[in-house]
Amino acid sequence: MIARTRTRRLSERAVRRLVHGGLTGATFFYIGVLVVAPLVGIAVAALKPGWSAWRSVFTDPFARHAYLLTAVITGQTVVVTAVLGVVVALVLARDRFPGRRLVSAVVDLPLAVSPVVVGLAVVLLFGRGGWFEPWFAAHGIQVIFALPSMVLVTIFICIPFVVREVAPLLEELGTEEEEASRTLGASPMQTFFRVTLPNIRWGLLYGIALTTARALGEIGAVLIVSGTIAGKTETATLYVLRAFDESQDTAGYVVALTLALISILLLAAIEIFKSKEERRRG
Amino acid sequence: MSSGIVIESLTKSFGLFRAVDDVSFEAEEGRITALLGPSGSGKSTVLRMIAGLEDPDEGRIWVDGEEQTPKPPQDRRLGFVFQHYALFRHVTVRQNVAFGLSVRKASKAEQRSRVDELLELVGLSYFAERYPDQLSGGQRQRVALARALAPRPKVLLLDEPFGALDARVRQELRRWLDGLHRELGVTSLLVTHDQEEALELANEVVVMRMGRVEQIGVPEAIYNRPVTPFVAGFVGASNVLRGVVWEGHVHFGHSAVAGAEHLADGAAAEAYIRPHDVTVDRAPRDLSFPVMVERRTNLGWMSKLHLRLEDGQVLVAEVPNDETLGLSVGERAFAGLHGAKVFDAGRVEPSAAEPEPEPFGAESDAMAEAV
Repeated sequence: MIARTRTRRLSERAVRRLVHGGLTGATFFYIGVLVVAPLVGIAVAALKPGWSAWRSVFTDPFARHAYLLTAVITGQTVVVTAVLGVVVALVLARDRFPGRRLVSAVVDLPLAVSPVVVGLAVVLLFGRGGWFEPWFAAHGIQVIFALPSMVLVTIFICIPFVVREVAPLLEELGTEEEEASRTLGASPMQTFFRVTLPNIRWGLLYGIALTTARALGEIGAVLIVSGTIAGKTETATLYVLRAFDESQDTAGYVVALTLALISILLLAAIEIFKSKEERRRG
Repeated sequence: MSSGIVIESLTKSFGLFRAVDDVSFEAEEGRITALLGPSGSGKSTVLRMIAGLEDPDEGRIWVDGEEQTPKPPQDRRLGFVFQHYALFRHVTVRQNVAFGLSVRKASKAEQRSRVDELLELVGLSYFAERYPDQLSGGQRQRVALARALAPRPKVLLLDEPFGALDARVRQELRRWLDGLHRELGVTSLLVTHDQEEALELANEVVVMRMGRVEQIGVPEAIYNRPVTPFVAGFVGASNVLRGVVWEGHVHFGHSAVAGAEHLADGAAAEAYIRPHDVTVDRAPRDLSFPVMVERRTNLGWMSKLHLRLEDGQVLVAEVPNDETLGLSVGERAFAGLHGAKVFDAGRVEPSAAEPEPEPFGAESDAMAEAV
């Protein structure tokens, strides 16, 4: 009797271990095949032709312009989505107003809508015959097939990241620390920069990293609004697309790999800094 | 104008709920004044309005002879201690305490010496470089107190400062705060729902209920001369016996208690009697009446006796163990009452008679069963 219970318990444990091991294996397989393998593939393809291929890409004026344009779009997107994202997160976390849930749902819309649709919407608004086209034309501002529309669609697509990272932190933080700060003589501005911001900084940095990664990789919406004029409105991702079109595969791989590496390094850096800070605090 | 805190007709509603309704009182300089009341009585809202964290709908607030009502919180120079400490979790204890000095641009040297001084005062010098989440609740609240005191506030506002601590630490910290106040003499306003805390710490007590002031007085007056049934019931757990007034006494069944001189004969009355104002005896005495012991709970040095009166009402008596005469459940005895506070039953609102929940109740019952 005793022996039987023991074997049964053991076998139960063995089954549990098997299931656990199986799930772990599935996770590694899933991530490995879908995330790591393609990255390794691109890395191999980009590195195989040797350094000369890299040199030729980095000296190509079109490639350099594409990098620069991507950097400019990403930079502007990060600044706008970080500032407005924190504002929206503050409003969503702190204020109670009718329609709050609707606003919260709308913030997630860019994740649900295809970037192509976003691009088309901007063309409809700012393109020939669009609602806003006459005003901008009258003021001599070229929106469509130019930088403004490209930044606009990228910002739209990146809106959710900072908001979704920061809002839960603000809810968890509550208002007591901020109230304490006010009673200790800090103005609302001082309170924001000395109490609120430090408490949401990791969420904000994560949001910025995700925004950066997404902005670097954006192609669908930008493809539609930019017109893809090489050396003018061609971003790094559009350059990759054109490189493959023109059978310049190596150039495509090199640019693709650099974009991927920048995103990976960014996320890794934040992870490292964060764990270092946590260790410092014991 | 007094140099402490003066509150004049303060009123505040949240939506349809009138949280604070025409509240006026003064907190004397250099003293501890307690705002005592059950949760939802508006006492914390009053405190938050004094600090500027809440805008009053009506009324005015003066501190040190200076009107505060229109000022934003940062210009009021008041120390505020929160129930849940509200320490800045991303910085060290030292930086927490220095916060109020650094936002006011005090020099680094001044900050350092003031912070050292305060950490010494609250006995946490050793923990200066720790983070709040590395401290116990009692230590955190002492840091919060040091932080509030650092910029030398004109008054100290304490919002249920011991509410989040366990009973033992609460006792300890209460005694410590009392000592600290004796040393510093800073005008303090303490919000609490714990009558014992208010009576022990405060020089004056403002009892609040449903947004209004019920009674203002020194602890002795609040305890011994409650002016409303609510105060009689809330401050010190009370028995409530219902009866009819006759010749200055409240009569229930064959028994009576004095203290109804202010009521007309024949009026329905309620007598509030503290459990320790009940004595038990085996033989009848003047004005004592027969009771039956229904339940006996041993609390160590005293016992709690549940006594059934002849007319069916129940009386709880707290009697030192050497005066219980070995009475046990089912035995008959005679109870004598002292110091009853009698109110016209027409005035009595039902919620006032609700007994205070007692934190020791559950444990002591278990203890009695074990005995």
